[in-house]
Amino acid sequence: MYALNYVKAKSVKEAAEFLSKHSEAKLLAGGMTLLPTLKMRLARPTHLVDIGALAELRKIEAKGGKLVIGAGAKHHDVATSAVVKKAIPALAGLAFAIGDPQVRNQGTIGGSVANNDPAADYPAAVLGLGATVVTTKREIAAEKFFQGLFTTALDAGEIIVRVEFPLPKRAAYSKFHHPASGYAMAGVFIAQAVDGVRVAVTGAGPGVFRWKQAEAALAKGLKPDAIEGVKLDYREFNNDIHADREYRANLVRVMAKRALAKLSGKK
Amino acid sequence: MAKVTIKVNGKNHTKTVEDRTLLVNFLRDELGLTGTHVGCDTSQCGCCTVHINGRAVKSCTVLAAQVNGANVVTIEGMAKGSKLHPIQQAFSECHGLQCGFCTPGMIMATAGLLKDNPNPTDEDIYKGLEGNLCRCTGYINIVKAVKRSAKLLRGKAR
Repeated sequence: MYALNYVKAKSVKEAAEFLSKHSEAKLLAGGMTLLPTLKMRLARPTHLVDIGALAELRKIEAKGGKLVIGAGAKHHDVATSAVVKKAIPALAGLAFAIGDPQVRNQGTIGGSVANNDPAADYPAAVLGLGATVVTTKREIAAEKFFQGLFTTALDAGEIIVRVEFPLPKRAAYSKFHHPASGYAMAGVFIAQAVDGVRVAVTGAGPGVFRWKQAEAALAKGLKPDAIEGVKLDYREFNNDIHADREYRANLVRVMAKRALAKLSGKK
Repeated sequence: MAKVTIKVNGKNHTKTVEDRTLLVNFLRDELGLTGTHVGCDTSQCGCCTVHINGRAVKSCTVLAAQVNGANVVTIEGMAKGSKLHPIQQAFSECHGLQCGFCTPGMIMATAGLLKDNPNPTDEDIYKGLEGNLCRCTGYINIVKAVKRSAKLLRGKAR
């Protein structure tokens, strides 16, 4: 890791002010992606502004038909929160399947969403549930927020404060995790929302995306065999040492079926 | 430079270190607590697992400065004098180690697991120790040791 200056922010406001004055500073929350990146010397920020310990970012509450999760909530918090388990059990389950226990004790939802790793789990839930990312500057709909490979709508110095999830009627997530890293080789989040069915896919392509053809096919009923034969354009899928794109395309179908099987089960 | 005060195994330590100092290096190099190991240095193997404010984390992926003011427990803080912690005792009795390099991390991860789930099934143990690698044992005796630990901690071991 290159030498840098560590700054502990006392509030989100203070962090935002600091970022506005230091263009090469970076936010640090859980550090589960950032610190390994720095150790590999893939980034060289002048400062790390730590917002990981801010209580104002860790609130989890259900209000006004939404589940609101503070950006600083750890994966462990989300996985074990009674509020999340009651409101959107699939989201608690997703959080429990991230990385390993030590990672879940440090990593945050805001960090995962801001990083937009193409194989991260949270983006699938944020897009699949049609959530809104609330920042220090504005509210951003999931569709606009995720912009492909490690790219988001966030401006320099803009900080995610919370994520607001509208409550679905039902939702399920299924992923095929990479046996070493725990990241999704393919993960499919299916939600029956008030305004229709949404299917979000992570891990397979260069960024999370909605599988619109599957959504159309499932509009007639959430049954696993409804996925058979539905078109899936995999030309841009990741093709790497872990899996080729054809294999990932097959995994997406299998994960979609597993998510649907969960939905047609008890709940 | 960052001046940090961290309570380690019940005792406050104040040191001035480089801002980029990792917690594991703080523990090993500044405090001489070499029981916490650096295995992979990439947050995969779990050998560096310690508890920060009661939660298990990988100390190779945390800055010492982030932990300023926190309460850290390392493997050295587990035994009471010459009396092993029940988890250490169980690893010893069940031969849950061979070379021993991963063991401090395994024990700290086990302590974290049993805190959340005092009576884990085999599946719970596999998932609970997902962040720790052992290249000797094949895990069979580690799983036994975790089950034995759970019994000891619940006061139900014979």
